[in-house]
Amino acid sequence: MASESKWFAIRKELSPKKRILLTVLSFLLPIGIWCAFSYVPWLYHPMVEISDPGDVPRWKEGTLVKQEIFEQSNKLTADKNGQVAIGTPANPVYLPAPHEVAIAFYEGFTTPPRRRGQPWLHESIWHSIKVIFWGFTFSSLLGVPLGILCGTYPFFSRLHEPFIEFFRYLPAPAFGALAVAILGINDGPKVAIIFIGTFFQQVLVIGNTARKLDVALLEAAQTLGANKINLLRRVVVPGILPDLYKDMRILLGWAWTYLIVAELIGTYSGITWFIDQQSRYRNFDKVYAAIIIIGIIGLSTDMFLAWLGKHIFPWTQTKQSKISIFLHRLFGPLNQTAFLSKKKESSRKPLTANEPS
Amino acid sequence: MNLELPSYLEQTPEVKARFEQIKQREVVLNIQNLTRKFDSNDGVVTALDNVSFEAHRREFITVVGPSGCGKSTFIRLLAGLDTPTSGQVLLDGNPVSGPGPDRGMVFQRYTLFPWLTVKKNVMFGLEMSGHSLSESEADALQWIELVGLKKFANAYPDQLSGGMRQRVAIARALANRPRILLMDEPFGALDAQTRCQMQSYLLQIWRNVDITILFITHDLDEAIYLADRILVLKAHPGEVQEVIEVPVPRPRSVEQFISPEFLATKQRLEELIHPPKEDPSEDTLPLIRMTQAGDDVE
Repeated sequence: MASESKWFAIRKELSPKKRILLTVLSFLLPIGIWCAFSYVPWLYHPMVEISDPGDVPRWKEGTLVKQEIFEQSNKLTADKNGQVAIGTPANPVYLPAPHEVAIAFYEGFTTPPRRRGQPWLHESIWHSIKVIFWGFTFSSLLGVPLGILCGTYPFFSRLHEPFIEFFRYLPAPAFGALAVAILGINDGPKVAIIFIGTFFQQVLVIGNTARKLDVALLEAAQTLGANKINLLRRVVVPGILPDLYKDMRILLGWAWTYLIVAELIGTYSGITWFIDQQSRYRNFDKVYAAIIIIGIIGLSTDMFLAWLGKHIFPWTQTKQSKISIFLHRLFGPLNQTAFLSKKKESSRKPLTANEPS
Repeated sequence: MNLELPSYLEQTPEVKARFEQIKQREVVLNIQNLTRKFDSNDGVVTALDNVSFEAHRREFITVVGPSGCGKSTFIRLLAGLDTPTSGQVLLDGNPVSGPGPDRGMVFQRYTLFPWLTVKKNVMFGLEMSGHSLSESEADALQWIELVGLKKFANAYPDQLSGGMRQRVAIARALANRPRILLMDEPFGALDAQTRCQMQSYLLQIWRNVDITILFITHDLDEAIYLADRILVLKAHPGEVQEVIEVPVPRPRSVEQFISPEFLATKQRLEELIHPPKEDPSEDTLPLIRMTQAGDDVE
């Protein structure tokens, strides 16, 4: 009973062991369901994979047919006194088993492209990352300063935000044809789509973050003699930096969701080109592998940025920040030791009530 | 319970001499007919009406008044964070326009910059006024030592207790060498014990620094314990009700909280701030008994 209540305590942090176990389980659970559908013959398996075609015309070893057709054809063949086909239950080609996807994952990187001049998988991925990088960088170069201005000066907020509010409802892909007409068929329009998808949200989100800065900090700075430029440079910017960084991580995630659409514009490129190629050859195992690669890149970038954030903003570490709570949940003990050793090396005093008199 | 108390106007010769001495000093803060009106849905609200007051150098002034008397508006006007509808504030004879480092301010809310260490927080104002980094650092460390937080110079504000944060805030304001220190209920958010300790710290700091202090509070004991003079404001509209010269001799100590002069002053403040209600039934809840008959607690 006691252990049960610990597992299901409402809004109480779980022990590190439990956290790791649940984190692992959170990935194992969907993989487990996938495995069940792939390897348990009576679960789903609507098709039959022919192992011996017998006298059934047109069937070969390895042909996939629907269950009913398999039975009907066998019945017809049996009626004609032919040898019936033998097969095992199988899943449709678009549902490959985990081990097939794992092999495809490896083979994706080792298989050379079909035609000379076509990119390898890693080159496709690199291409996608470059498109994201430039789209996000251009957006941030404009969006971050504008967002900060909007959040700090009602003038800029009133001048820009109403239009941006309108524009953000326009779906970025709708500008695809225009972008191609203006920027050509190469990476230009793709970067533009990422830009359009990110920029408008970015200004609004960062504007809101800047507005959340406690106005008392600005007043205190004014009574200490800060002028307008210093208020912006020495109070607003450092004051919102940790939150701005968190916003940027979320926005980068959004930029990834625009990637596939962006890469469909003009000539296919990057990971989307790879997915499209593989699905044409019905290599769905490779399609799954490519999709999983996108997930892995996305999650690992975010985790890296979270880790980096902890080192850039040491003052947020005195309280448990959301990032560190998230990381704690992912890798409880690893993160904890990092946190403790960091505390040790900096000469910070622990928080105690003994004030020197 | 009726204690035989002296009048709060009665001063011992020493106290009287002290006030004479204060009046000899130059006027640092001169408030002239300060009025602040706000537009609201119910028409114009007068938060502060025609307030005039003078504070001398190194005087400790506390401001008390019922809630809604415009205490906060008052101190914000002095700090320059708000502009008066009419009247003006003179600091050393020069009219105040906008916030500036010549008037230090300590807020009730914690306003240390969380991204700066204690030392960097105290250096902030010095850097703003163009002091070099090394100069500011040396100066800041002195102020941090003065408020007794030398060991915490490299800590971040979030690692400090509330009382320590307010001491840093005081050091940060004083580092600019302001003419006057404006304090807006700075100990309001602290627990009773820490508050008491902070009052003692503040008196020690005040003794060691050439600074005039104007301190807003709603705690009457605090107002008496700290002040040379108490500015009592009245609500709706906020105007000066009385300026009390505190007859409690200095140096102050906690034992004086029950001295006759202290209690006499407190009695007067109570009269001014909590006058007997015309309709006492306002304070009485309807009598609905939820206990058994005879089961009385008083």
